[in-house]
Amino acid sequence: MRIHPRIINRIVEFGLNIQAFFTVGILVVIVAIIFFKGFPYVNPEFIFAFPDDMGRHGGIFPSIVGTMQLAFLSIVFATPLGVGTAVFLTEYTRESTFTKLIRFGVESLAGIPSILYGLFGFIFFVIKLGMGWSLLAGVLTMTIMILPTIIRTSEEAIRSVPRQLRIVSYSLSATKWETIKKVIIPAAAPGILTGIMLSVGRAVGETAAIIFTMGSSLRLPLSLMDSGRTMAVHFYILAREGISMEKAYGTALVLVLSILSINVLAYYVMHKAISKYS
Amino acid sequence: MIEKSLFKERLVKWVLVLFALSSLLFLFLIFMFIFSEGLPLFLKVGLFKIIGGSKWAPTKGFFGIFPMIISSFLVTFGALVIGAPMGLSCAIYLSEYSGKKMKMFLKPALELLAGIPSVVYGFLGVIYIVPLVRDYLGGSGFSLLSTSIILGVMILPTIISITFDSLVSVPRTYREGSLAMGATKWQTIYKVILPSAKSGILASFILGMGRAIGETMAVIMIAGNALKIPGSILDPLRTLTGNIALELSYASGDHRLGLFSTGVVLMVIIMLLNYVANFGIKRKIAK
Amino acid sequence: MNTKIAIERLRLSFGKNEVIKNITINVYKNAITGFMGPSGSGKSTIISVINRMIDFEDNVNIHGRVYIDGKNILDDSNNPVSLRRRVGTVFAVPIPLPRSIFENIAYGPRLKGLTGRRELHNIVEESLKKAFLWDEVKDRLNLSALKLSGGQQQRLCLARTLALKPEIILLDEPCSGLDPISTAKIEDALNELKSDYTIVLVSNNTKQIARITDFAAFFYMGKLVEYNTTERVFTTPLEKQTEDYIQGKFG
Repeated sequence: MRIHPRIINRIVEFGLNIQAFFTVGILVVIVAIIFFKGFPYVNPEFIFAFPDDMGRHGGIFPSIVGTMQLAFLSIVFATPLGVGTAVFLTEYTRESTFTKLIRFGVESLAGIPSILYGLFGFIFFVIKLGMGWSLLAGVLTMTIMILPTIIRTSEEAIRSVPRQLRIVSYSLSATKWETIKKVIIPAAAPGILTGIMLSVGRAVGETAAIIFTMGSSLRLPLSLMDSGRTMAVHFYILAREGISMEKAYGTALVLVLSILSINVLAYYVMHKAISKYS
Repeated sequence: MIEKSLFKERLVKWVLVLFALSSLLFLFLIFMFIFSEGLPLFLKVGLFKIIGGSKWAPTKGFFGIFPMIISSFLVTFGALVIGAPMGLSCAIYLSEYSGKKMKMFLKPALELLAGIPSVVYGFLGVIYIVPLVRDYLGGSGFSLLSTSIILGVMILPTIISITFDSLVSVPRTYREGSLAMGATKWQTIYKVILPSAKSGILASFILGMGRAIGETMAVIMIAGNALKIPGSILDPLRTLTGNIALELSYASGDHRLGLFSTGVVLMVIIMLLNYVANFGIKRKIAK
Repeated sequence: MNTKIAIERLRLSFGKNEVIKNITINVYKNAITGFMGPSGSGKSTIISVINRMIDFEDNVNIHGRVYIDGKNILDDSNNPVSLRRRVGTVFAVPIPLPRSIFENIAYGPRLKGLTGRRELHNIVEESLKKAFLWDEVKDRLNLSALKLSGGQQQRLCLARTLALKPEIILLDEPCSGLDPISTAKIEDALNELKSDYTIVLVSNNTKQIARITDFAAFFYMGKLVEYNTTERVFTTPLEKQTEDYIQGKFG
């Protein structure tokens, strides 16, 4: 019995609709579970208190601070390196074997899974360079991890700055660097910022690379050589050791909310940029 | 005055060259250190004893990671089985059926999904998927099946976005030509668009596999940590990534070297996967 | 008349494509010289040689000399950055920088190192007045330049180059796409400016050339066909080609 193609078409369309909603549904369910299960436990005390009894009681303040320190410092290191590389690739060279080589390097870095970054960071920063489990080791590892993202998004942003702007700047007697500094980077700023924010999101959620470089001390990191936890690491330990379901959900909520708000912020910046130039 | 600015320009250029080279430097360092720690054991114990060995007891001199290699491939394949159909359908929906509103809603949703940390996925997997599998299908719940399900969801954003890009880059004329000849939308998709986007779709699968095989946190929370090759999808397992993550913090001496050897194997597998994926994408561009 | 720019046996090709074929011409001070000719005749390319913007193109072969005040600007030792302070350019499409009107004009002077608020303000006012734009924007200098109309933006671009106090102003089809009123305003501004500057106006609009230039050069397919005072070129052209072009028989 041959079913008419138009009926098949209808069935397929219906099925695909369901599929799409199902996929979005997964996201909604995940966020909803975290939100509703974690909400009761998140209050100012949770955010600002120190963990007590391995995290069974108290709050997650040190891990929040640790996360912010890690994200902030990684951005501080990775942004000049990444934007600089992007500027070099777009403004200072034409496509050549040299640029292809650099792009190969960047793409390869992007493809390395986080556990291998953890392994590298552990042997290189923690052991060989003697930093021990420390904020610094974590930051340096994280910097390399987010570098490809920053390079990619910055390059795209810089390339989409209209060519005529460069021409105008040069014709007004600006040098290459002056043009880059005063015209191109400000024009590419929204795209670059978006890349930065995506990287922050990654840094906040990363666990495998951090736990073996920054460690998992419950203390508040007061110096670069101190070990500490990020929220993701703290959450993992709470869950793995079965220390406290409630605190785990609470931590998960703060974690997911942070990432969500960073994503929203990134969208906002992107949209503002698009409206500014249209 | 002019000399000073010329000097500055040159300086800037060379600083930027160094910045650009830093990516290569980091890649080199990563390769060098992981290989320099991982290769000695291959020479000492023997390549095949490690890759082909079935017993992992590093403190007693057994470094066989064959079951973990198999397990890594199994969860990756399982993730694809779960994630590819869903991802493909979603991408087709997004590119061929959804209106602008839906697109604006679905794209950020996908990015959010991609942004959720793997530890959260792992946690939810333990709380919800593992008991489900245990109660309805048997076993402990910590299994290949559970892991495949969670990993499948995790690689959805990768598969959807790359497949979506391939689908929308199929020229409009293909669609219009097919519809003009009386084909239905689905027939057009099935016979014209999908074949045309074939290599991009394949690339998305391979990249999804790359993500799955490198995934660590979610896997170690759900897969159960058994050192044998899983006999069924309900059996627990340990992947290459899991091997490293579970033992690195307390390993020393040869044990630690064994973990680096595991890392080397993982790295080689991922490099091969990336190479194949890039090859596939290049073919798509060439078309 | 004194010569400001002396172009001597200039040849230029992009790869195998020869675009400027052995051109020799003197551009005089304190006058408006028009470069006219159909598209592809090389007139815009000559402009890009004079302001050394040709440096940004690939695969270019240049022979010959271009002297400004007796110095060959094509010489390697010459710094294009300082050249562009003396040679200002207005392009066909007005491209304001995405900043305020004030900052657009102040861009050039700031590059020279000027930072005093009062000094900058004086320069901005002076330049806008010379470009016949001051009255229209004097109360809204902090407004984004992107919000101006096309004609206003082009006058902004003129003011921008004037702010650097150049000696030479090159304009490449500045009024293409502008309405007649804006065009008239720019032409009036140029008329006022010529007593202090050397102006080269590239235009495909023969009527505009006839209107405001003192000297007219007709280019065709990379060659200089005829060059004389505007009056002589338009009333008694020596070459038939010139006559045909002026009469609109081809364009």
